[in-house]
Amino acid sequence: MAITGTKGATGLTGNTAIAYAMKQINPDVAPVYPITPSTGIVEDFSSYVADGAVDTELITVESEHSAMSACIGACAAGARVMTATSSQGLALMWEMLYIASGMRLPIVLTDVNRALSAPINIHCDHSDSMGARDSGWIQIYSETVQEAYDNLFMAVRIAEHEHVLLPAMVCMDGFITSHAIENINLIGDDSVREFVGEYKPAHSLLDTGNPITYGAMTLPDTYITFKHQQSKAMAAAKDVAVEISAEFGRKFGRNYGLFDAYRLADAEAAIVILNSAAGTSKVAVDELRKQGKKVGLLRPRLFRPFPFEEITGALKHLKAVAVLDRVDSMNAFGGPLFNEVRSALYDLEKRPKVMSRIYGLGGRDYKVADAVGAFEEVLKAAATGRVETLQKYITL
Amino acid sequence: MTNKPSKADKNHLPLGGVIPKGGTAHDYSTGGWRKLTPSVDKSKCTNCMICWVMCPDSAIIVEDAKMIGFDLEHCKGCGICAVECPDKISAIKMEEDKS
Amino acid sequence: MVTSIEVRWHGRAQQGMVTAAKVLAEACLLSGKFVQAFPEFGPERMGAPVRAYNRISDEPIRMHCQVTDPKFVLIADPTLIGVVGLTDGCPLDAVFIINTSKSAKEMRVALGVKSGGAKVYTLNATQISIETIGRSMPNTPMLGALAKVTAIVPLDALIKNFKEGYSKKYSEKVIAGNVTAMNRGYNEVKGE
Repeated sequence: MAITGTKGATGLTGNTAIAYAMKQINPDVAPVYPITPSTGIVEDFSSYVADGAVDTELITVESEHSAMSACIGACAAGARVMTATSSQGLALMWEMLYIASGMRLPIVLTDVNRALSAPINIHCDHSDSMGARDSGWIQIYSETVQEAYDNLFMAVRIAEHEHVLLPAMVCMDGFITSHAIENINLIGDDSVREFVGEYKPAHSLLDTGNPITYGAMTLPDTYITFKHQQSKAMAAAKDVAVEISAEFGRKFGRNYGLFDAYRLADAEAAIVILNSAAGTSKVAVDELRKQGKKVGLLRPRLFRPFPFEEITGALKHLKAVAVLDRVDSMNAFGGPLFNEVRSALYDLEKRPKVMSRIYGLGGRDYKVADAVGAFEEVLKAAATGRVETLQKYITL
Repeated sequence: MTNKPSKADKNHLPLGGVIPKGGTAHDYSTGGWRKLTPSVDKSKCTNCMICWVMCPDSAIIVEDAKMIGFDLEHCKGCGICAVECPDKISAIKMEEDKS
Repeated sequence: MVTSIEVRWHGRAQQGMVTAAKVLAEACLLSGKFVQAFPEFGPERMGAPVRAYNRISDEPIRMHCQVTDPKFVLIADPTLIGVVGLTDGCPLDAVFIINTSKSAKEMRVALGVKSGGAKVYTLNATQISIETIGRSMPNTPMLGALAKVTAIVPLDALIKNFKEGYSKKYSEKVIAGNVTAMNRGYNEVKGE
């Protein structure tokens, strides 16, 4: 899509917007191995590299495992590093994801959410990023093209913050967001440069005057201490995310925060849902509100760290909640978002009824009618105080 | 020296397990791991330097292009030097510590 | 006044349906609308039936599901009749624009459109594109036809967007050919 640089408002696909954000950030190194549906990011960004629009060293590797390995090496060398992937690509990075976070390397990755095989499927669900949810990466989810673009800048700041120093993953829905053209307001190059600033690493492997070691072995006498440090940094990332999001809002007028609460304050029944399907659900909220039904929606943006206190605060007044996951944990007890939300509400003396609904796997369409159907079940639970079916698949 | 960090040190471990300076292996005494100790018969040694190449702990001491002995502060007693010393020469032997 | 509409494009891979949806979105965006343009990916082979969609609205668009009941349907390849559900979900007042040498009356029968409120239009977009662009690119004349028979987007917004947005990508000759194709599509589209 042509970028009309002169205008603030233009129309871009999610992939083009992310590639453009990467161009504006101008990372030092980008190790890449394209995979559907995130290929467009790598295609567009490699054009920027070829045209000399960025100073980035683009490393074409032979697998995603190597892509993440190269990210780790480059970041340990002191570079600002970005990459993008999807599905099997993220799965193949798996062991390296833990090394990136354990070494406290603020790599920023865009995950264009796609189902995991088998059966093979290129379409959207959240199996890939949810599989990596405990890998020590910050995860930020995006409803729209605009939000994915904005999140990338915030991700850089949060990841590199001195209280955090952890890798971060920005997630958006494959095809639904990655391949759809939507209205987007672009930020000027100078403003981006000013916002993301320059990455100043504490250590660099290339600093031969101060030789250091990355990746040394630790024994039981220290390993747990490093993990404790990492855990505290992840907890700190929440406050940093609030702070960076507020700064972003002041500068660019788009306020995000930890989650998006839609007509929730006076609601009795609500849906909790991630990414693009939240938009479709909001249309259902509006329809049901017109019928006088007190429904609302909560869309977590920051999933790692999981802001359990804030989310509990936002949901505690409700009578019933349905948590919709675009992934199954295969634990026979609902999806990952359901498990987090339900656990967060446990300490309340009077807590809402919570049910799990799995939807939209492998790109199955989630329509307004599906959201309305889910709301009807939550409303019933709110009215009766009883959950008929704790967990089930919808959009089957 | 002790190989374990004190409790106070643990609170200040560098993030991500980075070792923020070079040469720290030198400070780490591995000589205590040794059961057998190498000795060299310099009347047989040809200074071929194969032991120096093969020693995993850089514990072969070389001066003026001559192999002159072992750094027993770091030698773990693995015996690789004795095995690698050419059969016709057999200048290095592993022996029980005399002490 | 149209506040929110949905469009479905039917064609075969390589006929430019995804691009048509994109160009329409860009032109509407230029006129201050909120837009979505997205393809439906299936088997990505030349000749495979392809669908692309638009949503165009005066309000920000929140919906991210597929378009299931479009009022506007553009069909780039009449051989798709009977192969895919071209009229699926369409309301009684749907508008069909078809690339064919046949008349709108004939196409109404072929499509099986019974509602008197529905409108059927035809143009020979393949021939127009061969004469103006030099190869079969039915999407461009069809955009011109869309501007003529609907209030979605004015023709000059389509042309302005194409000239501004694609001058770097295409030569002057290609741009001029496409503009002529849009104009001819606008002028040559016929109803019943």
